[in-house]
Amino acid sequence: MSTCKESEALRFEAVVAILDRYERDPSRLIPILQAVQEEYRYLPEEILTYVAVSLDLSPAKVYGVATFYGHFSLEAKGKYVIKVCDGTACHVKGSTGLVDALRAELRLEGKKKTTDDLLFTLETVSCLGACGLAPVMTVNDEVHGLATPAAALEIVKSIREKEAAHAAN
Amino acid sequence: MLRIESKEGRAPDLEVVAAAWDSARARALRRIVVCAGTGCIANGSLKVYEALKARAAEAGLKVSIGLDVHNDARKDALLTKSGCQGFCQVGPLVTIEPDGILYTHVHVEDVPEIVEKTLVRGEAIERLQYRDPVSGEVKRGKGEIDFYARQDRRVLSACGVVDPEDLYEYIARDGYRAARKALLEMSPAEVCEVMKASGLRGRGGAGFPTGRKWELALRQDEKEKYIICNGDEGDPGAFMDRSVLEGNPHSVVEGMLIGARATGATVGYVYVRAEYPLAVVRIRAAVEAARASGFLGKDIMGSGVDFDIRVMEGAGAFVCGEASAMVSSIMGNRGMPRPKPPRTAEKGLWGKPTVVNNVETLAQVATIVLHGAAEYRRTGTESSPGTKTYALTGHVANTGLIEVPFGTSLRTVLFDIGGGVLGKDGKPDNAAFKAVQIGGPSGGCLTKEHLDIPMDFDSLGAIGAMVGSGGLVVMNDSTCMVQMARFFMHFTQNESCGKCVPCREGTRQILALLDDIIEGRADETTLGLIEELCENVAESSLCGLGASAPSPVLSMLRQFRPEFEAHVRDKRCPTGQCKALSPFAIDPAACKGCGMCAKACPASAISGERKEAYRIDQAACLRCGACVATCKFNAIKRGAL
Amino acid sequence: MSGFVTVDGIKVPIEGEANLLALIRKANIDIPTFCYHSHLSTYGACRLCLVEINGKEIDASCVVPPKDGMTIRTSTPRIRSMRRMNLELLLANHRQDCPTCERSASCKLRDLASRMGVRDVRFRRTRPEQAIDEGSPCLVRDPNKCILCGDCVRYCAEIQGIGAIDFAHRGTEACVTPAFGKSLGEVDCVNCGQCAAICPTAAIVPRSHVDAVWKEIDDPNAKVVAQVAPAVRVALGERFGLPAGTITTGRIAAALRMLGFDAVYDTAFGADLTVVEEATEFLGRLAAEESGARPPLFTSCCPAWVKFAEQSFPELLPRLSSCMSPQSMVGSVLREEKARSVASGKDDGRKLRVVSIMPCTAKKYEIARPELSRDGHKLVDYVLTTNELASMIQEAGIRFQDLRSGSMDLPLGFSSGAGIVFGRAGGVSEAVARYASAEYRGGSAEALDFAEEAPGSGVRTASFEARGRRITVLSVQGLANAKRIAREILAGTRQADLVEVMACPGGCVGGAGQPIATDAASRSQRAAGLAQADGERELRSTADNPFIASFYSGTLGCKPGEGRAHELFHTRYSSKKRIQDASIRLVKGSGQRRIPVKVCVGTSCFLKGSQAILADVLHHVESGGLADFVDVSATFCSEKCGKGPTVTVGDTILERTTSAKVMEELLARVEELKAGATA
Repeated sequence: MSTCKESEALRFEAVVAILDRYERDPSRLIPILQAVQEEYRYLPEEILTYVAVSLDLSPAKVYGVATFYGHFSLEAKGKYVIKVCDGTACHVKGSTGLVDALRAELRLEGKKKTTDDLLFTLETVSCLGACGLAPVMTVNDEVHGLATPAAALEIVKSIREKEAAHAAN
Repeated sequence: MLRIESKEGRAPDLEVVAAAWDSARARALRRIVVCAGTGCIANGSLKVYEALKARAAEAGLKVSIGLDVHNDARKDALLTKSGCQGFCQVGPLVTIEPDGILYTHVHVEDVPEIVEKTLVRGEAIERLQYRDPVSGEVKRGKGEIDFYARQDRRVLSACGVVDPEDLYEYIARDGYRAARKALLEMSPAEVCEVMKASGLRGRGGAGFPTGRKWELALRQDEKEKYIICNGDEGDPGAFMDRSVLEGNPHSVVEGMLIGARATGATVGYVYVRAEYPLAVVRIRAAVEAARASGFLGKDIMGSGVDFDIRVMEGAGAFVCGEASAMVSSIMGNRGMPRPKPPRTAEKGLWGKPTVVNNVETLAQVATIVLHGAAEYRRTGTESSPGTKTYALTGHVANTGLIEVPFGTSLRTVLFDIGGGVLGKDGKPDNAAFKAVQIGGPSGGCLTKEHLDIPMDFDSLGAIGAMVGSGGLVVMNDSTCMVQMARFFMHFTQNESCGKCVPCREGTRQILALLDDIIEGRADETTLGLIEELCENVAESSLCGLGASAPSPVLSMLRQFRPEFEAHVRDKRCPTGQCKALSPFAIDPAACKGCGMCAKACPASAISGERKEAYRIDQAACLRCGACVATCKFNAIKRGAL
Repeated sequence: MSGFVTVDGIKVPIEGEANLLALIRKANIDIPTFCYHSHLSTYGACRLCLVEINGKEIDASCVVPPKDGMTIRTSTPRIRSMRRMNLELLLANHRQDCPTCERSASCKLRDLASRMGVRDVRFRRTRPEQAIDEGSPCLVRDPNKCILCGDCVRYCAEIQGIGAIDFAHRGTEACVTPAFGKSLGEVDCVNCGQCAAICPTAAIVPRSHVDAVWKEIDDPNAKVVAQVAPAVRVALGERFGLPAGTITTGRIAAALRMLGFDAVYDTAFGADLTVVEEATEFLGRLAAEESGARPPLFTSCCPAWVKFAEQSFPELLPRLSSCMSPQSMVGSVLREEKARSVASGKDDGRKLRVVSIMPCTAKKYEIARPELSRDGHKLVDYVLTTNELASMIQEAGIRFQDLRSGSMDLPLGFSSGAGIVFGRAGGVSEAVARYASAEYRGGSAEALDFAEEAPGSGVRTASFEARGRRITVLSVQGLANAKRIAREILAGTRQADLVEVMACPGGCVGGAGQPIATDAASRSQRAAGLAQADGERELRSTADNPFIASFYSGTLGCKPGEGRAHELFHTRYSSKKRIQDASIRLVKGSGQRRIPVKVCVGTSCFLKGSQAILADVLHHVESGGLADFVDVSATFCSEKCGKGPTVTVGDTILERTTSAKVMEELLARVEELKAGATA
């Protein structure tokens, strides 16, 4: 009945705990943001503002740091985060074809990284360090080596089926 | 029974610990080392590890999981995990000592046989051992395999052998002896002298003499100094630093401790890129273990030296590998480099002297201090002493992590260790060798004519290439060099911090011009404009990222100009890689009209009637290649119709 | 370091310069640069100031310290080629509409491109068109003209201590923006405009009122009057070839009438009013020491400082002088006269439009403050900066420099010397001191003798005698300095009686509406011009201005600070702590009517335990099944930092509260709600 977002409250408490852990030291901004992002899976605007105020930093500065580093996301990510490695070895073994196939399948154009149903986020990362298995893609950190476009599309298909079955129950 | 403890945070007696570890090791009949480097883990080595544990227990064997020096009992085997064992191509790897056996491609299904045959009966399982692809011979272990035998693993000597989470094993292998010597028997200036005499040059790419850098910091009249370990190995295709941090993290801790002694630093940072979660875990654990045993903290080993280390994870910015950008990042800012002077050794973190050293550099420090500069100089060349690790990847038979003395030729690395070049069908074909990119996105390429050049800082520098961090990517003749130039430029352009005009704007324009070439829009001014831009970016950029961004492009233009000109003048891509210049097409003669390709196409670009030749709509085609993979009749080809 | 550096063959002595760039300028070589300013941190990004050192390296001259024996070449073929190419690269992504661009005459990019011989741009535009930010009343940002030199970022962060804009994103996506890409008007920008003043292009420009004012002038039903600020008269001439500091008051009056203004007044008259009101207020506080009015008294005529105080130091607001600024006081008098004339039936029926000519961009924000309106009319309707007035004069074809002096309209066109010096830093204090000091004798003397606290600190001290004691005065320039002083005052580590804060360098003479000064010398020349104008007055103290005296006795019929004077000349401030509107919703009830509970988790309340209260409240709401009826949010600041922790339940504000009290109030409300629902 109620939409008590207890998890929201808990997450916010976690942010306060994070700030305490790092002694509200503005030079620890990056580890603080990393910890906050782990909590929320992305960096919500109002939380970033709260962090800025707590650290006595201007919000523009915190925004500048959050947008500089590739790991920080100011947009909510999908339930399944697909990372395709575009390191040199993977590139040479055809990772671009993999990315193109996935982008077409998930209908992601331009800068869009997350599907509208918030099911998938597709990211390109440089070098996961599994070069012997190139090309490499991971789905929520589960590694799929020697990936082909066909195999990638299969994985997407099976996830969709699984989620649809879940929703039906 | 001997108890090893640190009393009140005081470091334990090293010789006592080593002796205890050796005795404990001797109480185990065998040692099984399962490779737990990122590559093998991705291949399932942890599952193998768990299966070995379980299966050995079932078989009634007494197996020690990790070595407990306080446990008296005799054991049948000691089971440990190691960092990267190097031969990633054939992982997961399992080593059995003292038998000297190396098992490759080990999977969970193989475990029962390993337990029964090797652990119980001491027999080797041939099908799991390495088979030489040329002679067909089965090789017993690392000592017999060319890939290993031709290397000179020093920095990596312990990686892939020791348990990275066992501080005592590190001590048993002379760990922290060098630190003790530096702290208790040498002055800071003397430590700097040894480093200078050794000629050790930074392994991060610039090759700056480490001893001189430390001395510069020592000379600064400041109480607060810092030492940073640069673990932000951002070159795509390079994983040497990761392996050291995963496989032998204490070597880095000890290196930093000695560096702190040499420079007067009291606080150290290890900055590891977050893409290396295992390395982060291992180095954090090593720092904590070192601290708990009194190797970090106050008055270390009674020397009066205070030093401690903080581990920080990068947040996804390649430019943070640049020293002043890394300093900026550690202070909680955007990772923007600053112009020099002053050097970071003079003014770094919070304006204080800060030494930034690469992981591999620090990993060598202890050996140099312990065994002396002269011993160190016996390997390598006059101006580039010592060894270098390389990540050998790409179209080469044996991919993995290797280490060879400076001065080794490319030929040795590529053919003797690497096992030769793979052709476009994945089979050995040395004639298909086209180029090796060395130094990643800051480096240049070496071709057939450079096969016998000694690989060291100065020889490579002289031909416009660089050692860089050590990434070696082998490319066969199916590789389009224009595409590779574009790949590297895209990478650097994407990672540019955006501060200075030449790098921010220049790399973007170079990329646009390369895209013109690839997409058939180039004209007679394009190549000249690219060269002019490259020179400008190289000379006027603020930091090393910009300064070296044009290197791959210039190098490839120099070595492969005809290939570029074919793209520009003839609008033709000789390798067929450039999609715009070589579209996919269905050969109507070979096509059976089965429609499988149309089903596989994610862009619905293929259409046709059953039993009649299908057609690809070029406008919709993404050139992803999914159709080629599905076609059983080899009817889909690349190239102009 | 002493010795010599050889620059292009010329031996130049080293005289304490921090870098080669400053030294090379002594050799009469104007090294090009976008990002080097001696008062800002060195950035080193534009790569135009490159020089060849000792025949070997090419380095940025702004970072290399001079060393005896160095040989520098500033213009080798390689360097010239690099400069051109870097300018070309900037132009490629710059909207090149120079003929219609308002900074065209003073744009550094256009100037350098021309000087460095760039005749062709061979590169394409790679950035998509970005939206122009017009959401601030004072400044307009056009990111398509930004060259990312970072001057504005560094000025706002280092000199003003605010950081309302900063770099975001990376590489070619890098841009300068307020947080989260918001408009400048939505964040903690105080409108000082120094970003626009230092910007080498038209990426940030003051928001123009020119077209609106033309419309009013052209409207026959509008009576359009102008008031001119002191700092304008010593700078306007620079746009017409006159040296900085030339007093052009008479020419301005003449030009304004030629443009079509119906009357011309002097803001310095308003400054005299301000002196009277503020000195009275000040002496009153000295006498009374009422609570909330502990010293010091802060001046309030700088609107950027006022907004800054409202945002960052609301606890100091009771100590801000409640006086309006001079321009508002003049506007207030004009509105009052208009009202009286309407009441007496003598009015000509035209609308009154008051236009201020100001050196300042923040004044455009000030006039829109709700407190500065009366009976639905703004006290001042428009603000034209010095530059905007110059543009109008040029548009009308007037040869300003050759005009014969006109005069302003009395009595609002007359001021003492004290009113004039408001235009420079320290001037307000000086004027107040002349009025209030027992020692001031007039003549050629100054009432205050300022001493700089530390070189370059932007803080100067002085004192004067009044009511039998020594009054300490601080003159502070730059808001970062103001922040520091404010903190010291709050911490009790600094004492002062009167603090004057000016956001702009040198005070109003350095305002962002003034002609773009190519060097700091212009500012000091303008200040010298004001001193001259002051010195030329016979009546140097406000006390001697006869029109002021008769204004109070005659027109107002009351004493300063009281009655009608208080109504006309005093205003209010309110806390504008930055994150006022943002809050984090933690529980959203599902019922139709819900009671909002807001727990302040700003730093001050947090330190007093609001986090624990929040946790308790959430726990009770969940376990007590109240979630249907309640919305719980965490807010950033309820602006009652002294009385925290504060929790708002519905519309009741609980101060210094506890979880128990909050729950008690909440449960009572929920019962009410339930009862109301069933009724």
